[in-house]
Amino acid sequence: MGFFAIYMFVALLAMGSSLYFILRKIFPDENPMWMLSRYFIYWILIELFFRYFMQKLPVMDIKPLLISNIKKSSIAHYILGRSAVSFYNLLALVFFIPFGIVLIVKDYPTLNVLLWWVSIFALVLCMNYVNFLINKVDKALYALGALLIGLYALDYFGIFSVKDVFGPIFHGLFVYPATVLIPLALAFLTYQMNYRYLKNSISLEGALKSKIKEAKTSDLTWTKRFGELGAFLQLDLKMIWRNKRTKSQVWISLLFVFYGLIFYTQDIYSDMKVMHCFLGIFMTGIFLSNFGQFIPAWDSSYYSMMMAQNIPMRKYLESKSLLIAVSVVVMFFLTIPYVYFGTDVLLINTACAIYNFGVNIPVILFFGSFNKKRIELDQSPFGNMQGTSATQFLIMLPVLGAPILIFSVFYFLISLNAALIALTVMGLIGFALRNTLMNSITKQYLAKKHRMIAGFKEKD
Amino acid sequence: MILAEHLTKKYGSQTVLNIDKLEIPKGQSFGLVGNNGAGKTTLFSLLLDLIKPTTGHIDNHGVQVDKSEDWKPFTSSFIDETFLIGYLTPEEYFYFIGELRGRNKADVDNLLAQFEDFFHGEILGQKKYLRDLSKGNQKKAGIVASFIGNPEVVILDEPFANLDPTTQIRLKGIIKELAAKEEVTVLVSSHDLMHVTDVCERIVVLNKGEVVKDIKTSTETLRELETFFGG
Repeated sequence: MGFFAIYMFVALLAMGSSLYFILRKIFPDENPMWMLSRYFIYWILIELFFRYFMQKLPVMDIKPLLISNIKKSSIAHYILGRSAVSFYNLLALVFFIPFGIVLIVKDYPTLNVLLWWVSIFALVLCMNYVNFLINKVDKALYALGALLIGLYALDYFGIFSVKDVFGPIFHGLFVYPATVLIPLALAFLTYQMNYRYLKNSISLEGALKSKIKEAKTSDLTWTKRFGELGAFLQLDLKMIWRNKRTKSQVWISLLFVFYGLIFYTQDIYSDMKVMHCFLGIFMTGIFLSNFGQFIPAWDSSYYSMMMAQNIPMRKYLESKSLLIAVSVVVMFFLTIPYVYFGTDVLLINTACAIYNFGVNIPVILFFGSFNKKRIELDQSPFGNMQGTSATQFLIMLPVLGAPILIFSVFYFLISLNAALIALTVMGLIGFALRNTLMNSITKQYLAKKHRMIAGFKEKD
Repeated sequence: MILAEHLTKKYGSQTVLNIDKLEIPKGQSFGLVGNNGAGKTTLFSLLLDLIKPTTGHIDNHGVQVDKSEDWKPFTSSFIDETFLIGYLTPEEYFYFIGELRGRNKADVDNLLAQFEDFFHGEILGQKKYLRDLSKGNQKKAGIVASFIGNPEVVILDEPFANLDPTTQIRLKGIIKELAAKEEVTVLVSSHDLMHVTDVCERIVVLNKGEVVKDIKTSTETLRELETFFGG
């Protein structure tokens, strides 16, 4: 998840530390803490909603524990305890701790802030454990979604003020430090519920058995249109659709289409063309970077077969590049409605898409040849950083940094049009040289083939 | 013909394979036996260019495997479960392999029909992904997939392991039939001395990476092997 995890951390950190000032600016007469508390209920519902997809009970391989001289209760405590330190639980802290620090600096009572942090963490743990409980029921997701939309609609249309009801409750956690006991008790309660359930069902057939889903065969005959690449494209689509980790990449990519809304709607950013360039590269290239950075590690669990089978390396790479190219086009189309915020936005996004298409596709494929860490496709998408290495950090520079740099240079030295032309021309040159670039990338992959095979076999 | 010359594989200072010369004529059924760590899988991996030789080279029908990819169209193999794509159903996997080897759906279906007995109703039409099949059934799928597209060289690493007795006996029949075709070279490794002497016309024993016996199979072979491994 490398790229995305780092991004989330940085973004939350930045938001957490600036939220106080933003709220002060927007609502000069209101206490920022109060304003934040009013939205707590939505935070909790949204987080639960996302956890439902992303987070699964860490069912590590407990087989060896089962036959050892360890009490089932200890195993249950171990599993639940381990889940408390997951990536998801950190996210909220990364946001709320900087916010609290700002509060302390602004002379809010330190004791209240400290205990408020404890409350927050207890709430996070509650969500953590509630998620495991509701995760077994498919309907829970719909219920959550309906509740979220329902409450927000009530609020929005002024039928009933949900914020007014829950605001004081959550604000109370800050105002009355002793109330910290309530979330703590809730966390303890949800822990106990999970514990009881787990203790009784720890066996290979019980809670730990992963559900075997009925396989759906799909034809995807339309991929035949892509000729020889069709078979690979079909394989990649099945891989993306049938594995947790890849599937979530698609959802994340689609969600990031809305990323632009945060910036385009605000006047402060309307003249920051460099920011718009960042958005353009980012939104049209989100799948490119999220998926592309781990090529060919997605195929790591059967890479030796791919290398021993009748597959020329060149074709293998071309099929990957086709998939990413399609994603860039799709993402571009999805960003077209942003033309509402001005033709400049559309022009910048178009130039960025062309750049992504021509330059970043070969670049990301090239960097992929440095991958040699295995990815377990069926493992939960977020919590693990599997497959992540220094390569992922290096990739961000050329993919995101280079186009922004080029854009800035031309924009500040000449004009916006010059910057747009520069990106477009770079993209077109990349596209024109596609054949040559693919040839040298293929050579690179062939040269690293044995290292990759060996690396992909190593399980952590 | 497969030819290995001056072939060695070293990891650090440890030599895991050292074969000065090994020739496998076209159409031979070739059995490889040896204890764990004898170098059987290493030899097969070298033959498939999955690992690099430290010295020497292997030629497969005149193609040096680490220099060109041209051996791939006529060579097929099943080494272990990493040769399966877990998120496909067996049918999808067979069709995918078929596609890679220039066979359409109907061709693949025809081939699969011959293996109905071998599959024992546990592979096709199960609505299960390969990753959810048992080890034995995964192996069956992998072995049959290696027969798709009339390969001239078939490499099977420990095909009998994990299979139930009935399936083992059926597999012997299948391999014998394949070996009887003159144009097909079959390479099989096994820990089961009886099975391997049954299906192979030639047996090579590896020990600590070196060829210690090279036998043309006869009625005496099984006893000879038992004495070697027992003593």
